[in-house]
Amino acid sequence: MITLSHYIVLGAVLFCIAVAGLFINRKNVIVLLMSIELMLLAVNMNFVAFSSFLGDVSGQVFVFFILTVAAAEAAIGLAILVLLFRNRSTINIADIDSMKG
Amino acid sequence: MPTFNDILIMLPEFYLVAAACVLLLTDAFMKPEQRPHLHWISIFVLLVGIYLVIAGQPEQAATAFGGMFVRDDVAEILKVFALGTTALVFVYARPYLIDRKLLIGEFYTLMIFAVLGIMLLVSAGNLLTVYLGLELLSLSSYALVALNRDARLPSEAAIKYFVLGALASGMLLYGMSMVYGASGMGGTPSLDLAQLHNVMTYTTAPNLLLFGLIFMIVGIGFKLGAAPFHMWIPDVYQGAPTPITTFIASGSKLAAFGMAFRLLSSGMGDLSQHWHLMLAVLAVISLAIGNLVAIVQTNLKRMLAYSTISHMGYLLLGLSAAGPEGYAAAMFYAICYALMGVAAFGVMLALSRAGFECEEIADLKGLNQKSPWMAFLMLLAMFSLAGVPPLFGFWAKVLVLEAAIHANMLWLAIVGIVFAIIGLYYYLYVIKVMYFDKPAEGSVLTVQQDKPLRVVLSLNALSLLALGLYWGPLLGWCRSAFGL
Repeated sequence: MITLSHYIVLGAVLFCIAVAGLFINRKNVIVLLMSIELMLLAVNMNFVAFSSFLGDVSGQVFVFFILTVAAAEAAIGLAILVLLFRNRSTINIADIDSMKG
Repeated sequence: MPTFNDILIMLPEFYLVAAACVLLLTDAFMKPEQRPHLHWISIFVLLVGIYLVIAGQPEQAATAFGGMFVRDDVAEILKVFALGTTALVFVYARPYLIDRKLLIGEFYTLMIFAVLGIMLLVSAGNLLTVYLGLELLSLSSYALVALNRDARLPSEAAIKYFVLGALASGMLLYGMSMVYGASGMGGTPSLDLAQLHNVMTYTTAPNLLLFGLIFMIVGIGFKLGAAPFHMWIPDVYQGAPTPITTFIASGSKLAAFGMAFRLLSSGMGDLSQHWHLMLAVLAVISLAIGNLVAIVQTNLKRMLAYSTISHMGYLLLGLSAAGPEGYAAAMFYAICYALMGVAAFGVMLALSRAGFECEEIADLKGLNQKSPWMAFLMLLAMFSLAGVPPLFGFWAKVLVLEAAIHANMLWLAIVGIVFAIIGLYYYLYVIKVMYFDKPAEGSVLTVQQDKPLRVVLSLNALSLLALGLYWGPLLGWCRSAFGL
C-alpha cells in the first residue's frame, strides 16, 4: 500500500537531489537549469500528493500554475545562457568569476 | 463568479496590464525618431497608476476574486511608493540609457511588468498570488539585468541572479506545499492566507507546518537579500546596468517587505513565537556581514550592495518584533531605504556619461570642486543611509530599534546600534573622498546636462532632509495602515 508519506519522501528526495545538483555541480550551467526544473517538479509531486490524499483540488490548480511559470522561467534562463555563451564562449561555471569581494 | 466589483477593486492592476501591452505594441509600430516619446508616456502611465491606487482606495480593506487579492492600506502605501520610485528611476535612467544606446521599448515594458508584479505581490491574499506576483517581478528583473546584451558583466550578473532567484522560488514553493499539506491534516486544506492564519490551532501535523515555515523564511530571506542568503546581491548590484540596480534597490525591496508581511503576518501570524527569533538571527547576521564587508569595498555599487544587506538587517529587526508597531516601523524603513537608494544611485547616474561609468569610490575624488551641488546631494544620501540626524534615515533606524526594545529584544537593539556606528565609517569615507581628496590626474568628471534629471534628483535628495525634519505625517500613514 502506497501512503501519503511515500509520496512526501519521494518529493523530499527529488528536492534534495536538485539542491545538491545546484551546489555540487561545478562544470556546466545547463545542469543548473535542469536542477531547477527538478526542484519545481519535486514541489509539484508534493502538491499533487497532498491534493489527492486530502481531497482538495486547489493543490492541483497550483501545479498548473507552477508548470506554466516553470516554462517561462526556462525560456528566460536559456536566453541568458545564450547571452553568456556569446559574450564569453564558455558556460563553465568555474569561469564565471569576474566579480569578487 | 467574478463580479464587476472584483474588477473595480483590481482596477490599478488591470490598467497597468493594459498600459504595458499598449506600450509594447506602440513601440513595435513607432518610427525610430518617435521612440523618445515612449519615455514620457511611460512616466505618465506610472503617475496615472498612482492616481488610480489612491483615488480608488476603499474605506475598509476589500478582497477580490474570493480572497485571492486584498486591497488594504498596507498595499496602498507600498504600491504608491513602488510606482513613485520606478518613475524616479525612469527620469534618472534616460541620459544614461541614451549614452549607451539602450533607450529601447523593452526597458519600459519590462519595468512596468516588474512593477505590476510588485503590486500583485503586496496585495496577495493567497499563496498562489504570492507566487505569481513574485515570479512576474523576478522574471522581469532577470531580463532587465541582462538588458545590455553585449557586455560581459551584465550577462554574468544575470545568470547568477537567475540561478539563485530560481533556487529561492523553489524553496518558497516547497515550504508552501508543506503548509498546504499541514492545513489539510485535521481541517480543510487551503491556500488562502486568511484561512491559514489559525492552522496551528487545529492541525494534527504541527511539525510539517513548522518545516514549511522554515522553507518559506529561507525563500523570503533570499528575496530580501538578508545574510546568509545574500550571495547574489553584490554581484547583481555591480554587474547590472546602474538604472536596473537602482530599481532592484528600491522597488524590489518594497516588494520583499510586502511579501514577508503577507506570508508571515497575514498567513503565519499564529506562529510568530516561532518565526520572530529566526528573523532576529537573520537580522544579526545581515547587520554583521553587511557592515563589515562593506568597509573593504572599493567599488561604490558593491559597497552600496553590502550596505543594502545591512539595511535589510534593520528591516528584519522591525519585522521580528512581530507586532503592529514593528510592522509599521519596518514598512517606514522600507520606504525610507527606497528613497535613499534611488537618490544615491541617481547621483551615480548623473555622473556617468558615454564611455564612463561612475562606479568606483575613487571616481568621486574632488567632486566638490567640480560640482558642489552634486557633492551636496550625495552627502545627503550618504548621511541619510548612515542614519545621521536629522535626516530621514535616522528616524527610520530609531523606530525599528524602538520596536525591537518594546518587543523585549533589547540585545537586538544594542547589536543594531553597535553596527550602525561601525557602518558610519564607509559612508563617511565616501564623503571624505568627495570633499577632501584632490581630483585624480586627468579626471574629467562632468554632470549630465539633462534638466529633468537634475531637478528631480535635487528634489529627491532634499526630500530626505525634509522628511527627516517633518516625518510625522508619513509615519502616521504607516501606523494607521496597521491600526495604530
